[in-house]
Amino acid sequence: MTALTLLPFFPLFSFLVLIVLSKRLSWHIATAVALTGIGLSFIASIVVIQSLNVSASSGEGLTQSLWTWFMLGEHEVRFAFYVDQLTAVMIAVVSGVGFLIHGFAAAYMRDDENYSRFMAYMNLFICAMLLLVLAENLVLLYLGWEGVGLCSFLLIGFWYKDPDNAIAARKAFIVTRIGDTLLALGLFYLFMETNTLNIQEILAQQQTSPLSDEAAWWIALLLLGGAVGKSAQLPLHTWLPDAMAGPTPVSALIHAATMVTAGVYLIARMQGVYLLAPEILNLVAWVGCLTLLIAGIAALAQEDIKRVLAYSTMSQIGYMMLGLGAGANVAAVTHLMTHAFFKALLFLGAGAIILAVHHQQNIFKMGGLLKRMPLISILFLIGIAALIAFPGTSGFVSKEAIIAELWQSKTAGPVFWWLAVVGAFITSVYSFRLVFITFFGPYRAEHELLPQRHGLIVLPLVILALLALGGGYIPTHLEQVFSAPVASQHGPAWLHTVAIIAPLLGIGVAYLLYFPKTESSPAVPGTSSVYRFSHNGLGFDSTYNALVVKPFVWLANINRKDVIDLLVQLISWNTFTWHSAMKAAQSGRLRWYAATLGLGTALLLLGVIL
Amino acid sequence: MIFTNIIAVLMVSAFIALLVGKRFARTLPYIAAIGVLISFALLAHFASNHHDLFHQAMPLVSVPWISSLGIEYATFIDSLSFILVALTLILALVCILVSVSEISQYQNFYYFNLLAALAGIVGVFAAADLFLFFFFWEVMLLPMTALIAIWGHENRRYAAIKFFIFTQVSSLLMLVAIIVMAFIYQQQFGDISFNYFDWQQLNIAMPLQYWLMLGFFVAFAVKLPSFPFHTWLPDAHTQAPTAGSVLLAGVLLKTGAYGLMRFVLPLFEQAATHFAPVAIALGVISIVYGAVMAFAQTDFKRLVAYSSISHMGFITLALFSFSPIAYHGAIVTLVAHGLSSAALFAMAGMLYQRLHTRDLKKMGGLFASAPRMGGMLLAFVAGAFGMPGLLNFVGEFMTLTGTFTHHPIATAFAATAMIGSAIYGMYLFQQSFQGKPQENVKIPDLRAHEWLLCSLLFGLLLYLGLFPQALLMHFDSIYPSVADAQLIGGKL
Repeated sequence: MTALTLLPFFPLFSFLVLIVLSKRLSWHIATAVALTGIGLSFIASIVVIQSLNVSASSGEGLTQSLWTWFMLGEHEVRFAFYVDQLTAVMIAVVSGVGFLIHGFAAAYMRDDENYSRFMAYMNLFICAMLLLVLAENLVLLYLGWEGVGLCSFLLIGFWYKDPDNAIAARKAFIVTRIGDTLLALGLFYLFMETNTLNIQEILAQQQTSPLSDEAAWWIALLLLGGAVGKSAQLPLHTWLPDAMAGPTPVSALIHAATMVTAGVYLIARMQGVYLLAPEILNLVAWVGCLTLLIAGIAALAQEDIKRVLAYSTMSQIGYMMLGLGAGANVAAVTHLMTHAFFKALLFLGAGAIILAVHHQQNIFKMGGLLKRMPLISILFLIGIAALIAFPGTSGFVSKEAIIAELWQSKTAGPVFWWLAVVGAFITSVYSFRLVFITFFGPYRAEHELLPQRHGLIVLPLVILALLALGGGYIPTHLEQVFSAPVASQHGPAWLHTVAIIAPLLGIGVAYLLYFPKTESSPAVPGTSSVYRFSHNGLGFDSTYNALVVKPFVWLANINRKDVIDLLVQLISWNTFTWHSAMKAAQSGRLRWYAATLGLGTALLLLGVIL
Repeated sequence: MIFTNIIAVLMVSAFIALLVGKRFARTLPYIAAIGVLISFALLAHFASNHHDLFHQAMPLVSVPWISSLGIEYATFIDSLSFILVALTLILALVCILVSVSEISQYQNFYYFNLLAALAGIVGVFAAADLFLFFFFWEVMLLPMTALIAIWGHENRRYAAIKFFIFTQVSSLLMLVAIIVMAFIYQQQFGDISFNYFDWQQLNIAMPLQYWLMLGFFVAFAVKLPSFPFHTWLPDAHTQAPTAGSVLLAGVLLKTGAYGLMRFVLPLFEQAATHFAPVAIALGVISIVYGAVMAFAQTDFKRLVAYSSISHMGFITLALFSFSPIAYHGAIVTLVAHGLSSAALFAMAGMLYQRLHTRDLKKMGGLFASAPRMGGMLLAFVAGAFGMPGLLNFVGEFMTLTGTFTHHPIATAFAATAMIGSAIYGMYLFQQSFQGKPQENVKIPDLRAHEWLLCSLLFGLLLYLGLFPQALLMHFDSIYPSVADAQLIGGKL
């Protein structure tokens, strides 16, 4: 199938054109090249999904093999793609949402002197992300996995002259790399046990000769390690807020809609292995649950609009993880899709606001924007409504579906249900804190507002807003891929009502706490120590710094001269010292020789006598 | 005759370069390049006529040399030596390209040494007689020492002497082992022989076999280099001229790995099996220690030198795990590291020419003035930290996949180097090319011949990284006789 073969390579081609011709391209041509690449990918995705729906009523996927990559003993690792309904969702989201973000980015980055290079990196990222989700085997998935990591590094550090951006880029890369290494170990373990790294073969094997409990436990744990790194979950979540140093379209594309969901995709994809390790599924649920709470609390105390959204992303991915842990894979992946819509909308909306207020990101220096830029504000509010799962939005469909399955799940349960509902409450508090401070009250910025009306700014936002509203009803056929949910019947009747009311309650609380009561009262960030603590992400960064980073740097630096070399130098010092001692003895003076001869004889005699 | 011809061509061009003298100094790089290209053409011609012969060792020449001692001039070829000689010749071109603008003193003698060292290295890969092997082992050592001692940087004499003593002392151990082996052969078969194929029939009792194996192992572990014999490498690399570093990292280290593959594993099966836990520990320590040390360095070349130690640890780990997959991984790693470390040292040379420093603390923000150079540096750093799509990843992945089955814990420790290499790799790239530009430092971007060199190396890394079968298909059957069946059991 040509469309499937070419699907990930269109953006690669645009990347090559953009990076080679670079500054020789005008804005119009560079934009055309960049958008063509990803646009063709989107069209190809639609074609592939169409033919998948035609051919695959049986649940079989499409496979497209390109060439043999290398041999692992008897096993052939191929450069090959596999598409089923799960892949279909992913490629549609990556290329579709990616296309809209590229359009926005074209306007957002228009005046940057390295515009072509920026669009080149974005295209390369799309290529890597598509390879990740299309991969037929885990090695090719790992290629995409590392590829998106490298692109993320390049894009976070795009404005590399500021050392802070460079540090944030490095941090993102290295922290996720820790997860990547665990993932790699998981692959080694899988290969040892199953003698294959082809995903469908592995899953098929689990039907006939499943992994031993111990092997499944380890493999599921190691793959989870990879997932928490990429998806910014506890305990490897600390890179994501700093990653906001990148240009805003990057945050929308990589750190909200696509790359950070790779971990969710991985666990969903390997469901057959996870079902053999219920303890690890339970751990997945815990990871998701704790992350969504911790990130939600941290989001309550942020002043930077992008950091609020970053913590919110972590928290929403926590919901997806919680869903996976509870066995609600269809709901989790649906939430992945709707989250891509509304979070991309929120980030791009934030980008439009940031442009309008002269690259100010502090929400306490905004205010009153609803009256001054109503269109963007309303679009942003649609995103917020979806984020808090306001009834009728796409977020409502997917998030309620996750929460609904928690109570009865064997690997989750009522505790998780309660925590998830509390999380939903917190979500709506921090969301409306953001809304009330940014859009209401007096305008507090120092400069006049620069309203953004460029078509490429507004149009993607409008489309994303429509998706954020209705995207939950897009048919996905995910149930063909996943085993039926663990829970068959639902819990008590009041659960649903409580889950719907919790976010609404949150709006009320946020109104009481944060709504500017009078036109003149200034909104100020908190100053209490609790506020500072959650502002700093609940102290994870400083703990890791003290426990891991500093000891490592200290250890490396103290041994800079290489202790082993000191041993070698000891040998040479020894030789030189004896050499000079002996040389001193050979002075060539007869008297000295006679004296030492005499002294030696005397000592010898003394020795003999005694 | 193929290897003999190549050695002859290289030596002849070495002497022509010497005789040409200073008056026609400008022609020297061309003479050297022509010599290397002729060698390459010979090799390519041979390969095109012998597709099928790579699957087993093929004797080439056998002429009596010192017949009273059974010493012969004997060479042979198989896929391993073919690949390594091809790598040597490719990197020879890189050496010449980086020398053009760097070397201004005693140019004729410089090219003589460069070509003589290359001839010695080719000889090492070609020799089928262990005495001849030792002879070439020394032939490559002397010109290499001269390259460091004469054309090196500020502390060159210290580095050259250190390099010389380390290699010399360890190779003397090997010489003793070689002589003892020849006598054992005489005891068992009547005639004295240094021939590699003859020695494969030897049956040596255990404690003695162990000591002989150690004699070889130490010589090769110093060359590799493996912890704790590695400390000559950072000094030698830092002080050597660019071409010296390229040659050292690209191929000289590979002679150590080649020795392990060719001699230690097949000739001393039993001893190697007993020794494996120690060797694997040394490999893992090299991997981790090298990575941590690399991060601590502030000198561009020292950092890359320590990263080499880390990468070569993978070879020791792979070889002594007796896994066919890991063995293939080691071969891939040899080629991959040869190309990528050569590229990194070449980059170090280019930066030194522009900035007159190797100190990373004095660099920064160079991306603004030299984006192509920055892009290339990042590409090679990505290769070094095992970015899939480039060849290094395939080697690392195969090695660890293979070793995990037998040594999961050791593999887990070795895998931490994936984090370590990302840390020092990103540190290297960011410290030099990102961050605040040093006040008004503007450097020229890649010049034409530098661009050629970088794209050649990157092109090879990328092509082989996507199609490593082009390399690996020649190695289907050369997993050595090392007890695969009994050691590995049923698990392949």
